Amino acid sequence: MELLAYILVDGLIYGAWLFIVSVGLTLVFGVLNILNLAHGSLYAIGAYAAASAVGAYFALGGDAFPLGSYVAMIGGAAIVALVLGPLLERGLLRHFYDRDHVIIVLVTYGVFLILEDVMKLIWGVTPLFVSEPYSLLGNVELGPLYYVAYDFLVIAVAILVGLVVWFTLNRTRRGKVVLAVIHDREMSQTMGVNVDRVFMVSFVAGVFLAALGGALTAPMISVSPGIGVNVIIIAFAVVIIGGLGSIEGAAIGAVFVGIARAASVHLLPEAELFIIYLVMAGVLVFRPEGLFQKTQARKI
Amino acid sequence: MSFARSVPVACVLALAVLVAIGLMLPEWAMFLTTMAFAKGMVALGIVCLMRAGLVSFGQGLYFCIGAYVSGLMANWTGITDIFLLSALGIVAAAIVAAVFGPLLATYRGIFFAMLTLSLSMILYGFLSKLSVLGGTDGLNVMAPTFLGYAPEGRALGLALYVFTCTIVVVAGGLIRVFFDSEHGLIALAIRDNELRVEYLGASVRNEIAISYVMAAILGSLGGVIAGLAIGHVDPEFSYWTTSGEFVFVAILSGYVSIGAVFISSVVLEVVRSFSNLYFPNTWQLSLGIFLLVVILLLPNGLGSLLSRLKRKKRSS
Amino acid sequence: MSADVLVTETVNKTFGAITAAQDVTVAVPQGAVWSLIGANGAGKTTFVNMVTGYVKPDSGRILFEGSDITMLSPRQITRLGIRRSFQIPQLCAELSVLENMLVSLSINDTEPPSFWQKARSASDVERAMGILEQFKIADTYDRLMGELSAGVRKLLDIAMAISGAPRVMLLDEPTSGVAAEEKFPIMDLVMEVLSAADVTILFVEHDMDIVTRYSQRVLAFYDGQIVANDAPDEVLADEVVQRYVTGTAK
Repeated sequence: MELLAYILVDGLIYGAWLFIVSVGLTLVFGVLNILNLAHGSLYAIGAYAAASAVGAYFALGGDAFPLGSYVAMIGGAAIVALVLGPLLERGLLRHFYDRDHVIIVLVTYGVFLILEDVMKLIWGVTPLFVSEPYSLLGNVELGPLYYVAYDFLVIAVAILVGLVVWFTLNRTRRGKVVLAVIHDREMSQTMGVNVDRVFMVSFVAGVFLAALGGALTAPMISVSPGIGVNVIIIAFAVVIIGGLGSIEGAAIGAVFVGIARAASVHLLPEAELFIIYLVMAGVLVFRPEGLFQKTQARKI
Repeated sequence: MSFARSVPVACVLALAVLVAIGLMLPEWAMFLTTMAFAKGMVALGIVCLMRAGLVSFGQGLYFCIGAYVSGLMANWTGITDIFLLSALGIVAAAIVAAVFGPLLATYRGIFFAMLTLSLSMILYGFLSKLSVLGGTDGLNVMAPTFLGYAPEGRALGLALYVFTCTIVVVAGGLIRVFFDSEHGLIALAIRDNELRVEYLGASVRNEIAISYVMAAILGSLGGVIAGLAIGHVDPEFSYWTTSGEFVFVAILSGYVSIGAVFISSVVLEVVRSFSNLYFPNTWQLSLGIFLLVVILLLPNGLGSLLSRLKRKKRSS
Repeated sequence: MSADVLVTETVNKTFGAITAAQDVTVAVPQGAVWSLIGANGAGKTTFVNMVTGYVKPDSGRILFEGSDITMLSPRQITRLGIRRSFQIPQLCAELSVLENMLVSLSINDTEPPSFWQKARSASDVERAMGILEQFKIADTYDRLMGELSAGVRKLLDIAMAISGAPRVMLLDEPTSGVAAEEKFPIMDLVMEVLSAADVTILFVEHDMDIVTRYSQRVLAFYDGQIVANDAPDEVLADEVVQRYVTGTAK
């Protein structure tokens, strides 16, 4: 019983983190039809930027109001999105929109390689530690279980992110325009939608979500080169399980994978490294398009 | 008519030229070429799949299987003969691919790519955790013998180089024959219009599974050679970034010319070692920029460039 | 009387709220040349799709030479000898006309496809060119699909299907999208080649001149049902057909 509770809570925490990390990926795929292999690097840059921002915040006398470091973290992620988003989308990706799907994946692989080294050039190879924001909120006691309150902040942020994305897409005029583009790009173009702008805004949003995931993670880990390499594949698995381009799918997939991994950590630790891929392979065998694939158009 | 003769003739010529070059190469360049050819074999497998319209992002799986087969066989059974190891690598890959091939053959596009990738990552996770197989450190591979001949030092490098060239030339020749065969043409038709092929009475699934098994065998052979050349194998062989490089070589070469695959692989390996040498901290950066430039300048791969040159020569 | 080669028994199919086939029962005798008419969405293409296995009926049976083929895959049905052409020709766009034909020959050879025999062997090329000549499109052999006229594409689509020596041939709108003056020559050619091979033919057609000229019998579809099944003159004079199908009622 206790074990079950552990698995459930751990799974939810991990699932929340997974959702934040992967929702940007599925958004970018849904709108731009790009599977962005550099997503993990953007996550890593977000982590670095947040670490720097938090470091600067405390260096500039933030001790008086330590909660402000959270604002610094989010600010760091936002800067990453506003700088790298337009740069990558306008400067690079859009030149490849008419090329084969695989080519664009390969282009993002190139971006991944470049960003990995750019990070080393900017932040060096020594790990950064910014654990202050992690311990700031103290601990939470759940019956016999102890958790760091920050973990629940991650859950809260995941729910908030999910709601904001859902609300923006479904309840605002601009969001509906984005949905229209997801549904039928050419049609919306002829209806007068500025697809170029939708693409850029969506990509920037995707970068922001990746960077936000990194920023939130920064206090929990030692920020060092290569942290994004693993994340991208995990995010892919989540997104594929949920169905490419589906926000709801990413949420369900994240919880699914989160609980599966928590169960494996507690019951079968040897499998931890590949349980995600097993789950993904299993889901795809039974639902080839993922759990929530909406577009079923198959022309004859 | 020229067909029956021309492929073997081209193969023998290519082998002679490669061996002659090898005799003149310094040791590091010989190693570089051996590795490039080994990886080129894996990329050639992806090209097989590309001709049927699919891209595997997980060929590291078979690269890794081949490498571990050669490593484990030497450690466990004392088999160091390179021909035997290669044969075992082929068998292992063929068995694994025969299990997964028919399953994967129902998937297309990004789903195929991601499923192949997940298989390779499962192997990665598995190997990293298994201390019997060396865990994340991997294991050392004994130097190979060649039908009883056990060279050392430069002679070993040369023997491995000659062996690799032979494998490359034979495999390249066989694959050329396959590409030009009826099955090869059907694969191209699948890439173009699956429905049509199915309505002509061929099983698209079988054709794809065939290409997948061939890709697996090529990948495994590459892995056997790479493992023996480096003298060490580790789970990174199956990591997704390794597979990414293979895809890069395959895309860079296009699916027209087989020679282009190995040329691309050598080009990539040269770019990598030189950037490693001159920009030790930013070699990934240089590689990434190189990749983007190549994609921009050669939309259809190096192979298309070669065939364009050929056409020009013919028309002039 | 020759035996019925193709039989459908009370076949039904709905797509959501749309009835694509309702109690469709027909028996097509060996050697027949019939046409299928009806407005868009009346169920003609669904009929072709069901007979060739692309769409599975909700209920009912489809028999070919007496054996049940209802649940077989398109490939299995193709293998048995029912072939089809497509409203939008299904061709391999990156291959030349000759190569498209060679794909068909590679698959439909008496032996299974080979791993080493050249697809472009002299004998195969000769055979492929022979078929292209039969359809009078041999001069386009090195063209890619994008460079061909609609008529040539239709003919190539049909030629690829025919190279498998079918028993039954379903032509889905063989002349749609084809220039008016090409329509009769195309139909003449197709009918000539097919009747020489003693193939049973069903073709979907909108052009009533072609229907009356080439078919012995007409099946008129409306709302998923066959509302008339008779000789062309009779069907076209039928009041129901005039009102719902041809739109010629006064």
